[in-house]
Amino acid sequence: MITRRHLLGTAGASAALALTGNTFAEAAGAGLTPGVPPGLGTVATMEALPGKKPLIKLSYRPPNYESPLEVFRTPITPNDEFFVRYHLADIPEVDAKTYKIKVGGDGANSPIELTLDDLKKLPAFEVVAVNQCSGNRRGLSNPHVVGVEWGYGAMGCARWKGARLKDVLEKAGLKKETIEVAFDGADGPAVDKTPDFIKSIPVWKAIEDSTLIAYEMNGQPLPHWNGFPARIVVPGWTGTYWMKHVVTINALTKPQGGFWMIPAYRVPVGKFPLRDRFISQENATSTPITEMVVNSLITSHRDGAKVNPGKVAVSGMAWDGGYGISSVQVSTDGGKTWSAAKLGQDLGRFAFRPWSFDLTAKKGKNTVMVNAINKLGQSQTPELIFNPAGYHNNVMQNITLNA
Amino acid sequence: MRVFLIAAIAALIALPAAADEKPVQLKKAPGLDKVEANCQACHSLDYIPMNSPFPNAALWDAEVTKMIKAYGAPIDDADAKAIAEYLKANYGS
Repeated sequence: MITRRHLLGTAGASAALALTGNTFAEAAGAGLTPGVPPGLGTVATMEALPGKKPLIKLSYRPPNYESPLEVFRTPITPNDEFFVRYHLADIPEVDAKTYKIKVGGDGANSPIELTLDDLKKLPAFEVVAVNQCSGNRRGLSNPHVVGVEWGYGAMGCARWKGARLKDVLEKAGLKKETIEVAFDGADGPAVDKTPDFIKSIPVWKAIEDSTLIAYEMNGQPLPHWNGFPARIVVPGWTGTYWMKHVVTINALTKPQGGFWMIPAYRVPVGKFPLRDRFISQENATSTPITEMVVNSLITSHRDGAKVNPGKVAVSGMAWDGGYGISSVQVSTDGGKTWSAAKLGQDLGRFAFRPWSFDLTAKKGKNTVMVNAINKLGQSQTPELIFNPAGYHNNVMQNITLNA
Repeated sequence: MRVFLIAAIAALIALPAAADEKPVQLKKAPGLDKVEANCQACHSLDYIPMNSPFPNAALWDAEVTKMIKAYGAPIDDADAKAIAEYLKANYGS
């Protein structure tokens, strides 16, 4: 339950943070999320990568650009406004004509190579799915933790089209001893000693029908910055596994090692109400991040927005790890009572689910809290579940509208 | 020599990675030359203000160590110390 004291504390903290955040955001010309580290405001700018619209630039190299809040007013995120996230700075422009994916590993009986044309000749499947960075909202962690200090916009939802990973693995003769499937992309480190970004998923997740090697995003080839010519799509799971520019797929009978599997991208065991487990990588204290926690975002208004007294339509998006959103609850009295928002178009269980709620704004301050609930009955958390990497932030928003 | 090499690498890789990367001006203070010579071989300098001013001295030390041990940054001990001191003095809490 949310206590009165908790709510007061949250509101006070938000107001203080909002002031700092807005001052810096104005200086930078970027709509930063209140609560991110103040230093970000001195370097964040609205800038366009080639082929993209201006996004909030957090870092040039490796490029990390987040989508402004307004981008999330539609359940499909346009390709040229989709966030960009890289770990390593050597990012080649991949030539589709010479592009090949090597599929092998000790868990494959008959390693193969696939060109883009080969991939497109396989049966094509589509899924509308949210791609959210594990560290989305890291900038809002309290206390702050180091990393890319994302606000709300390290995510997007697209219609992905491609071949099933399982069909490709079948062609390579997947052995029954396989426990993980690992991916490497064409991008690499600036210096040789930096560990290459290699990620694996459990074989059961790799052979799910929805797991794709995607070559289309919203009916177009993938943008360079989102993984052209093909990337792995792991609906429900955080973006770390969605390997861009994928060039190597290895079926493995032993766990994938390396910095990016351990210690990176891990959450403390038992801290989050997750169902999907990655058992071959678990240890006594930490486990790889898996599916996204249920979450929502108010996209119609920013915190502190001015509105006219009377009817105000508040709306946004809700999503989870692929169980599907069952309801979105809104409170205008600080969490004492909740009412169901109206759910919008259902684009599938992995997609953004639009929601809207009409409230009556009185003169002065009006608060709006939102809590999404999924079909497992999981809901958002009233208080941050702190973890060292700042993952899985699904704290219920509590914004103020000024009428 | 090493410093020169790293700066040369930085100049080379800056272009293909992000063509319109603008210089990030950090606070002018002792140690900035070591930061510029070493850190931007692998990443643009906006990473530093972005992660500020919350890190305390221990956290900045740990970050410099992580860059060397986990990410393999070729930074010698003297430079590493100068970088850590610069970060603590200018971007720490």
